[in-house]
Amino acid sequence: MERRCCTLMIYKNKIKHIVVWAMVLIMALPLFLSPMQAAAETSHAGKKVPAYDQKYYSRFKGKDVEINVYNWGEYLSTGEDGLMDINAEFEKLTGIKVNYSNYETNEGMYAKLKSGANSYDVIFPSDYMISRLIQEKMIQPLNYDNIPNFKYIGKEFLYPAYDPKNLYSVPYMWGRVCIIYNKKLIGHEIHSVDELWNAKYADKILMFKNSRDAFALALEKLGYDINTENRKELDQAAELLKQQKPLVQAYVMDQIFDKMQRNEALIAPYYIGDYYIMKEVNPDLEAFIPQNTNIYYDAMCIPSDSAHKEAAEMYINFLNEPQVAADNAAFIMYSSPNSEAVKLLDDEIREDKNLYPPKEELKNTQAFVNLSEETNLYVDQLWTDVLSQDDAYLDWVMPVFVLFSVLVLLINSIRKRRKKEMNNAGRRKNDK
Amino acid sequence: MKWYSKTYIGVFLAFLYLPIMTLIIFSFNDTKGRTFTGFTIKWFVQLFHDAAALDALWTTIVVALVSSVIATIMGTAAAIGLEKMDTKLKAVVMNLTYIPIINPEIITGVSFMLLFVTAKKWLATMGIDFQFGWATLILAHITFNVPYVILNVLPKLRQLDQSLVEAAMDLGCNPMQAFLKVTIHEIKSGIVAGFLMSLTFSMDDFVVSYFTTGAKHQTLSVMIYAMTKKRISPEINALSTVIFIAVLAVLVSVNLLERRNEKRLKQGSLKWKGGAAR
Repeated sequence: MERRCCTLMIYKNKIKHIVVWAMVLIMALPLFLSPMQAAAETSHAGKKVPAYDQKYYSRFKGKDVEINVYNWGEYLSTGEDGLMDINAEFEKLTGIKVNYSNYETNEGMYAKLKSGANSYDVIFPSDYMISRLIQEKMIQPLNYDNIPNFKYIGKEFLYPAYDPKNLYSVPYMWGRVCIIYNKKLIGHEIHSVDELWNAKYADKILMFKNSRDAFALALEKLGYDINTENRKELDQAAELLKQQKPLVQAYVMDQIFDKMQRNEALIAPYYIGDYYIMKEVNPDLEAFIPQNTNIYYDAMCIPSDSAHKEAAEMYINFLNEPQVAADNAAFIMYSSPNSEAVKLLDDEIREDKNLYPPKEELKNTQAFVNLSEETNLYVDQLWTDVLSQDDAYLDWVMPVFVLFSVLVLLINSIRKRRKKEMNNAGRRKNDK
Repeated sequence: MKWYSKTYIGVFLAFLYLPIMTLIIFSFNDTKGRTFTGFTIKWFVQLFHDAAALDALWTTIVVALVSSVIATIMGTAAAIGLEKMDTKLKAVVMNLTYIPIINPEIITGVSFMLLFVTAKKWLATMGIDFQFGWATLILAHITFNVPYVILNVLPKLRQLDQSLVEAAMDLGCNPMQAFLKVTIHEIKSGIVAGFLMSLTFSMDDFVVSYFTTGAKHQTLSVMIYAMTKKRISPEINALSTVIFIAVLAVLVSVNLLERRNEKRLKQGSLKWKGGAAR
């Protein structure tokens, strides 16, 4: 008895030790990291000392204000590569605490906002989503007097289609849809959207997996407005996409990086900012931007139920400080609409005609606005049709599957009944 | 072992561990791409400087620990109560217990959100400010964890020889002592298994967390899921590597100890109904 107790005690203690140590280690991880973090911050501050308007930014000091910022993932410079840790810098400057969380799609963000579960103070919706949020009165007009840095926003970005009176939004990043191609393997430059329909590249073409972007490309090729609600035009676009389908290797979003980097595909439409990430790995890639391509924006807005509108506006203003916006643009590698910030960028980025083209080149670009509910549904239907064109097996797979399941159930129940009968018979025999 | 069973196990293990191995290898990759270009530890360094990622890690660990501790206590108590119930009522309660497990997570998540939104509005009319955050996250996690604890503890209770408890009381224990020294002791492995399961499910969970998280903190899964606009940062590979190695270390040491303890028990002359050892 004695001995068992001892071994058990030892065992118990050891387990306890291990668990405790593991917990302590895991818990301590953030702790021992924070001094490193602090060190990194101070070194950073020593490098760049931007002059901020101290009077303006110190209004909320010591008032324990917190703002909830809801942004796309990986869409704000957090101090990588010697760039600014923007939220930390803002907190240090203003004493306002930033609660930062992320969403993955406009629709996800919209759902969160609509549910009323959380109230956010700053959000970063895209163009068409902004027009929808305005329609549904989910974002509020901004007080531009409180955002003095709005003056740095380039004139060509004011009064956008999604916010025609420019009352609700301050543009954050923009970019254009481009056609990325492998110049070395194709052998020449590309100058037209039509190449996405060229049978020469059969099975080497990639295409957008989302309906809005895919239809925009077809509509551009046809020379129609990408926001068209005309069913005939949409039908024609769908027809074009169906024609293209046999040539398409895959409908993708994220996988495009791998496929283009490894030469698995030769030509694909995608967002210009992401082209640079691919080019870093595969220098053979080039980009072509059609004249009437889709220009996309993400802008900063304040939801209607924001509890700290003024502090939120201060945050928006801070993101438009030239140095802040410049570091952010260098991190995200999308184009910044802040003309002062652009001046601070490295020459290599600033002079890139894909990212910062001359103003005339933007004249024919088209931005998305929100479509009516019916059109959205119609486009979704057409898109499903395009994707499932030759999936004829769906017609017979379901009935066969149902039949098979019914059969299995039947056989099973018959077997069970038989077993039962046999058991009963056996019992009866025993009873006799 | 026959060659085919060896191959089978090999293929099986490869399927299980190759993805993790790839992830670990790429956490040391020099570029963000998925071709290996050179060795670096910069993602680890960057991870440790990333306040948002560390905050998410902290949130995940706290929510997992707190919710599984509470769920373990509640689940064990529930199991003990269930064991003493009459059969009909027990069947009803057991079916209720299965519902959260069978129910698609997305429904659980959405209904939690609706419940909390209603509660928020209702409390607001009474002048109480209730925000989504720690409380909602932990409440939701406890709820989906409790059934796993119950299902782990119940079988152990069924195995428990009731005469042992009676014997303990005959030998001078009061009911409380008998409960702690015999019942709890005998079902300990079930409790631990339930706790570990809750911990894993809680750490893993994305769907329910997504709907119940507040504006102030987010769990790791929510943060990683949001990284689709740009590409998922290799920092996350680094973080997963750290977590994987930590979990592996704990598991290996626990197993080694168990093995040693089992050996000792076997050597010992007493035959002992292996509760704690397993």
